[in-house]
Amino acid sequence: MRKNMVVVEGSYAVAHAVKVCRPNVISAYPITPQTHIVEDLAQFAADGDMNCEYMNVESEFSAISALVGASAAGARTYSSTTSQGLALMHEVLFNASGMRLPIVMTVVNRALSAPINIWNDQQDSISQRDTGWIQLYAEDVQESADMTPQIFKLAEDEDVLLPAMSCMDGFILSHVYEPVILLEQSLTDEFLPSYNPEFVLDPKNPMSFGAFADPSTYTEFRYKQEKAMGVALKKIEEIANEFRDIYGRYYGGLIDGYVLDDAQIVIIAMGSIIGTIKDTIDELRKEGESVGLLKVRSFRPFPTDSIRKALKNARVVITLDKNISIGKNEGALCTEVKACLHNTDNRVPVIGFMVGHGGRDIPIHMIKKIINKAKLVEKGIFVESEYADLREDLA
Amino acid sequence: MSLLKPGHRGCAGCCDALAAKFMLDALGEDVIVVSPTGCLEVFTTPYPESAWGVPWVHSLFENAAAVASGIEAALKALGKKNNTKVVAIGGDGATLDIGLQAISGAFERGHDITYICVDNEAYMNTGIQRSGATPLYASTTTSPAGKVSIGNPQHKKNMPAIIAAHGSPYVATASIAYAPDMMKKVKKAAQVKGPTYVHVHAPCCTGWKFEGSKTIEVGRLAVETAMWPLYEMENGQVTGVRKIKNRKPVEDYLKVQGRFKHLFTMEGRNEDIKKIQEIADWNAKHFGLE
Repeated sequence: MRKNMVVVEGSYAVAHAVKVCRPNVISAYPITPQTHIVEDLAQFAADGDMNCEYMNVESEFSAISALVGASAAGARTYSSTTSQGLALMHEVLFNASGMRLPIVMTVVNRALSAPINIWNDQQDSISQRDTGWIQLYAEDVQESADMTPQIFKLAEDEDVLLPAMSCMDGFILSHVYEPVILLEQSLTDEFLPSYNPEFVLDPKNPMSFGAFADPSTYTEFRYKQEKAMGVALKKIEEIANEFRDIYGRYYGGLIDGYVLDDAQIVIIAMGSIIGTIKDTIDELRKEGESVGLLKVRSFRPFPTDSIRKALKNARVVITLDKNISIGKNEGALCTEVKACLHNTDNRVPVIGFMVGHGGRDIPIHMIKKIINKAKLVEKGIFVESEYADLREDLA
Repeated sequence: MSLLKPGHRGCAGCCDALAAKFMLDALGEDVIVVSPTGCLEVFTTPYPESAWGVPWVHSLFENAAAVASGIEAALKALGKKNNTKVVAIGGDGATLDIGLQAISGAFERGHDITYICVDNEAYMNTGIQRSGATPLYASTTTSPAGKVSIGNPQHKKNMPAIIAAHGSPYVATASIAYAPDMMKKVKKAAQVKGPTYVHVHAPCCTGWKFEGSKTIEVGRLAVETAMWPLYEMENGQVTGVRKIKNRKPVEDYLKVQGRFKHLFTMEGRNEDIKKIQEIADWNAKHFGLE
């Protein structure tokens, strides 16, 4: 174990990262598997280790609504939620992004009801794709913690000013104990400047927030959000590099590659499944298979150019989705990767596999099976998107 | 000049505009105002214009109390609270119906905020649909009078009692027809520390169907008939009421409004008017108005 490493729960590592970011207002409503983060933050507040207003609200709807008010008043704001809680916030998510309030939230990814299921997949955050929030996905506990100051810095950038969710897989990352380096206060103070917004609710300088826009002005508000997402594309890379310079750790910017450059078969995925895919690739590379990984770190803004460049030499592309757009029979990552290649000369086949819904395990042998299935394309056999791990006795 | 600037798009005789003006006259500049979605929000802030001379924010329909509580928390966290009062001003739909949970949460948490309900007894912004504040037998677009309907079949929800049950230190009812009384209560609500509430009765000429010049007159009739009792509650106890001299029959209030017209034109409606009179009688007795 490296120096400075401690073995803590993933939720604790993230809560600690939030603490050293010095938020002014935290709102919290409990929901599995997010609870440990807000419990740890409550304890920091109770012990006087964190100088902030900690609000125990009566619902996720009010959790995010309170932060709309707090952020408009100039506070650095944080909450955490998952699944049903995030779905309940849906309306407010649009509102926060439209009002350009850089609220930061950790989404501990979990499946949606019905049937009710508390385990991990990414349907919750993927379903909030079009709300105008930045969405970053972490691979492991250390990245989940390290993503926290990065995403505050990104959201609060004066040329971005968009709310942002840092996504970590429920239980797999939130409840695992593994060795991590807890973020140092001094380094975080160096990395993350204090938040001093230009536009705030202040009786000394009255302004109106959340006005009524008719058809003659509404479109441009939307367009400016899109432009801010465009700025975020560059800033995500810059901020990841700045983080590396100060803390010495790096996870990629918009995307990251693992033996990607020469790979003929490229697997694209997000979140904690990345580790399993890397292990699978290590085994297959030893057997002489030309397999590589493209990790998508930023799902919103979507890194279209980076993915196009990264797939130049690919002959088969596999997407793994822990979500499904029901009625399309494929996951969102599959659809987006296909779409980003469409108006290019690259006609590489993209085959989507839906895996790990409601916490179903994704072992190495499953990923190998997926790769073998996708390889049939090279023999001219058409392969459509499918569920990779269906139980035949129930299906 | 008023802190609610001229040029907004309120109807002639608008009750919301009067309520907002009286509120700001009472509170002055050191205030942050939160509006839920509704007429007031729409007609005061057609982008890029705003009628608000104080900091103002609108988020959504159902979350004004939560937004206000977040602002108050932020001011405290940033060391900027001082004497600044955070005030939410919302309609009856935003208060009694869709925003009730957020209000309950904010009051239970004990934030130093004031919530003002401007109660015009239906969803006026969307076109006069019934709300939990619509009184018995009022005809609205979703509770119309008809061959087998005498209008809204439910009683008005007792919101001040719900707020008082949260342990609020100050709850008051007011009316835009009694401006000095309303302003005195709003001012007091802002001065009392903790979550306080003022429920303002506000006749809407468009929704209730009377001439825009009669807004104050109709508001006074509601008080003079005891259909809208004016009282104050401190820590759950009624501590003051506005007495009525020569209480008028409810017909005087009902007959000047188009929303109750069916009670006077349809046959056999006398029994229904009696039921409304019973509400006024109960108010008069319960609050000791006479």
